[in-house]
Amino acid sequence: MIKPVLLWSDLLFFLLIAATFAGGWLAARTEHLRLAWRRVGRSRVAMAAATLLAAFLLIGVLDSLHYRERLPGDGENYAVEVRSALDALLTGLRTRQERTYSAPLATHLFAKESLEGDQGRDFPRLKHGGAHLGADTAGHGADLLAKTVQGMGVGVVAWLVLWLGFLPARQAAPHLAWDAVLATLFALCLVAGPVLLLAQGYHVLGTDKVGQDVLYLTLKSVRTGLLIGTLTTLIMLPAAVALGLLAGYAGGWIDDVIQYLYTTLNSIPGVLLIAASVLMMQVVIDTHPDWFATAAERADARLLALCAILGITSWTGLCRLLRGEALKLRELEYVQAARALGVSGARILWRHILPNVMHIVMIAIVMDFSGLVLAEAVLSYIGIGVDPNTVSFGSMINTARMELAREPMVWWSLAAAFAFMFVLVLAANLFADVVRDAFDPRASR
Amino acid sequence: MSLPMSLLRVRDLSVAIGDALPVEDVSFDIAAGETFALLGESGCGKSLTALALMRLLPPAARIASGAVRFADTDLCALSEARMRDVRGGKLGMIFQEPSSSLNPVMTVGAQIAEALRLHGDAAARERVVELLAAVGIPDPARRAGEYPFQMSGGMKQRAMIAMALAGEPELLIADEPTTALDVTIQAQVLDLLRALQRRRAMAMLLITHDLGVVANMADRVGVMYAGQLVEIAPRAAFFAAPGHPYARRLFAALPDTAARRSRLATIPGSVPPPGTRHAGCRFVERCGEALPVCHAAPPPWREYAPGHAVRCHLPALPVLAGKVGVTEGNPCGTGGTVADAAAPGGAPPLLAVSDLQVYFPIRKGVLRRAVGHVRAVDGVSLVLHAGRTLALVGESGCGKTTVGKAILGLQAPSGGALALDGAPLAGLAPRRMQMVFQDPYGSLNPRLRVGEIVAEGLCALRLPGDHAAQVRELLAQVGLDAAMAGRYPHEFSGGQRQRIAIARALAVRPGLLICDEPTSALDVSVQAQILNLLGDLQARLGLAYLFITHNIAVVDYLAREVAVMYLGRIVERGTTEAVLRGARHPYTQALLAAVPRIAGGGVEARVAGDPPSPANPPPGCHFHPRCPRAEARCRASYPDETTLAADHVVRCHFPA
Ligand code: SF4
Ligand code: SF4
Repeated sequence: MIKPVLLWSDLLFFLLIAATFAGGWLAARTEHLRLAWRRVGRSRVAMAAATLLAAFLLIGVLDSLHYRERLPGDGENYAVEVRSALDALLTGLRTRQERTYSAPLATHLFAKESLEGDQGRDFPRLKHGGAHLGADTAGHGADLLAKTVQGMGVGVVAWLVLWLGFLPARQAAPHLAWDAVLATLFALCLVAGPVLLLAQGYHVLGTDKVGQDVLYLTLKSVRTGLLIGTLTTLIMLPAAVALGLLAGYAGGWIDDVIQYLYTTLNSIPGVLLIAASVLMMQVVIDTHPDWFATAAERADARLLALCAILGITSWTGLCRLLRGEALKLRELEYVQAARALGVSGARILWRHILPNVMHIVMIAIVMDFSGLVLAEAVLSYIGIGVDPNTVSFGSMINTARMELAREPMVWWSLAAAFAFMFVLVLAANLFADVVRDAFDPRASR
Repeated sequence: MSLPMSLLRVRDLSVAIGDALPVEDVSFDIAAGETFALLGESGCGKSLTALALMRLLPPAARIASGAVRFADTDLCALSEARMRDVRGGKLGMIFQEPSSSLNPVMTVGAQIAEALRLHGDAAARERVVELLAAVGIPDPARRAGEYPFQMSGGMKQRAMIAMALAGEPELLIADEPTTALDVTIQAQVLDLLRALQRRRAMAMLLITHDLGVVANMADRVGVMYAGQLVEIAPRAAFFAAPGHPYARRLFAALPDTAARRSRLATIPGSVPPPGTRHAGCRFVERCGEALPVCHAAPPPWREYAPGHAVRCHLPALPVLAGKVGVTEGNPCGTGGTVADAAAPGGAPPLLAVSDLQVYFPIRKGVLRRAVGHVRAVDGVSLVLHAGRTLALVGESGCGKTTVGKAILGLQAPSGGALALDGAPLAGLAPRRMQMVFQDPYGSLNPRLRVGEIVAEGLCALRLPGDHAAQVRELLAQVGLDAAMAGRYPHEFSGGQRQRIAIARALAVRPGLLICDEPTSALDVSVQAQILNLLGDLQARLGLAYLFITHNIAVVDYLAREVAVMYLGRIVERGTTEAVLRGARHPYTQALLAAVPRIAGGGVEARVAGDPPSPANPPPGCHFHPRCPRAEARCRASYPDETTLAADHVVRCHFPA
């Protein structure tokens, strides 16, 4: 028996996904937006990047379906830990903990220890890594190879199934770059298959200081990255759009006030502002433990606070951009004509200005995403990022600081976090580039 | 057609963009020292032809076939490196937009020196000054050290010409060199080009849409239509009797006094888009003389007279009656004239503007205090009666558009009074006055459907009635199909967009339409359609027009009264007849003289120099630095109004 838990960030995340679908539906009805998205759909790069992003999104969504497990016994008691669907799927990874560091796919710990009895110092055997091999690890290499090949086979089969599954979609929308989607999926399957099989018996990406599986941590980081990248934009967007357009269109003292506001905000070093706000937030959270039922809720509150603070410090760029655009559009003849017809200011903003800056907003959202994912990593690295209980790329990199100083070096947490983040940000950037080209009004029709 | 001494020989030149051929089988020759004009409306391929000759085509376009021989070299076969030597060397080019062709962060002198160096001329500085002097820039030594933003448009175009001259070109390609300039400046630049050409025995390929410019500049004319040359003729023969039906209709579509009491002939339909497959003549859909064979076979070149060839199936020139090529009579109501109500007796005028002022503050310093004013409009008075047309004429920057916006209420006036039907007016009066703007592309919101655009005023003012039905009616009124309401503006041509803009303005049933250069961005044949439409609407709805323009021919065709503006003030006003035929103000005279006329006769009595800045107008009469009649008194005081006749007023100390 389980009890579903809906964290605030889950709610916002799902709302955001719903809003994206609603926006997609609206875009399909508006001609110029549909044309632009069709251009995106025709681009191979964009579709490959979108496939990768969708895979990340799937992980994020699974990790956002939270629940609490019922404790054994008669009463209505639930466990204090809040778990997610992803945790449930990865139970094996989560529970097979070692004592401390072990390298990827290793069968022994990373450092020598004094063994029991008087056998001298040696690398102790892992509890779980390669346990199925028994005491004799001579077959380690052969086992790895066999599992990899098998895994690839599984991957190819899975891909064929996906290929069949995509057939109806391909017939329905033949102009999209499906070949890129399938090629990306093939690569994904080819990697995921062996990882899946190997993960049954080994720690594919090694373990960290307390013996947690690094692959598990990395997968958990994906949700944090996605949330920071999207919720922040969501929070800042209304303010940036409203103030930017208002400043540009209304001019006069309204413009002065808004400009003053964002130049002031801009002139405070961002990191200082964020550090101060996060610390204040932390104090508030710490002094009101009664607000939160579980540790997960507390960590969640801090995550949201971070999004809000990042949002507050990052709306100024888009606001300035939109102000300039509105200034330009205000002088255009169709706006003048609308004024001459007695159309009210609010209506001009809504009907004439907003639709003509939508491409800028769209571009800003996708361009900001990767920047924010990276910002989280930097902030967590300097200790003012997410809650220590929240797994994120930043906190992984933060701990890697000590690991890199060891001799011999522990490189795999950093490498794993770096590789995942790199793929996520690269995909987002490639997608953003295509979106920008497609929505640029100077692009040919 | 081939001339023995041709300097440039173009044979069967085709340019491809994708599958389309926007330029197809163009052949012509230019002899040394000759001016050949390529005439055509926008999109006919004339600029692409020039770019192809220079091998400067945009990346999407390529030369599909044909040969270009310049002197003894085959330009199509040259390597890019060799071509660079030819470009800007023996082959110079100047473009339409001087401001975007000059590098804004280099001084003009440095840019010319660079052009000189590229062509192996090291004696920089003196040559730069010499070139600037040659293109008539006053004080060339000082001007060489200035940046492009410190120069006026005319100056920049002169500097561009100096740069093109740096390589001592034998052929100068001028792509709409004066289209972006005012008439008085255009006259100066055309003069300069003509003088340079004569002095340097330089050949010139002049690309233009303006028949007037062709008449004043060209030795021979080539007419382009839909990517093909359709007529080649010596200038005199062409203007005496254009051969191709398209060319003849172009003449008929020109507005002028002769056409004043009739509708202009228009060319029905529009240019077929590039990429259309043509079985026969490209003009057949729009041609009034089309024969059955025109649909089936592409017309051959026919030599009507030595050197005068036409690509048409018609065997010979049909007899011309009256105005060249007017074939459409005009059955439109009472004689089909451009309506213009007689002066009403006693009733207050529809619009009375007295002493209107619009000042823009010049702000400086941290506190942004106003340190002075740009007097964009400085005491303008106008009277406009219902159902009449008043034209406000002037060059760019004279404040005529600001007058329109201030009357409409889009711009708060700094002083003066407005009255509508005798009642004072402040701010917007959307149901009484509307505006039609210049740019057909900027005046419609690209994100709205045509129906929504036209209904905008109806919705904003919450007018009663079925808006959809009214939109259909309005679209029909401006000659559009009611089914077009569901489409987006980008699907329409410039002329159609301007019709939509007119429909939007008419939706709220105003009595006065302020038209701000509504036809200046349109081709001649489309301009004729819009002018006809405006005339019809005036006759039908009794509209009054305040017509803001710089185009004297349009004024002559359609206005009953004219006011000429210079630097924020009206310097002469009166009936069209009085002002255009008996101009008394030196500026009006210069303006009229500067208009290139088809009838030839050349142009005289031009003014020199550029209009001064309205931020810092000269003391006394604003025109005195450029005025040939200026005397001491002119520098001391601004002249008062002199009433010459009942309705002819001029502000000059010495009205001629
Ligand atoms: S060939 Fe026929 S259709 Fe073409 S211009 Fe001549 S007469 Fe008209
Ligand atoms: S007042 Fe003098 S300077 Fe002015 S236009 Fe008349 S003659 Fe020329």
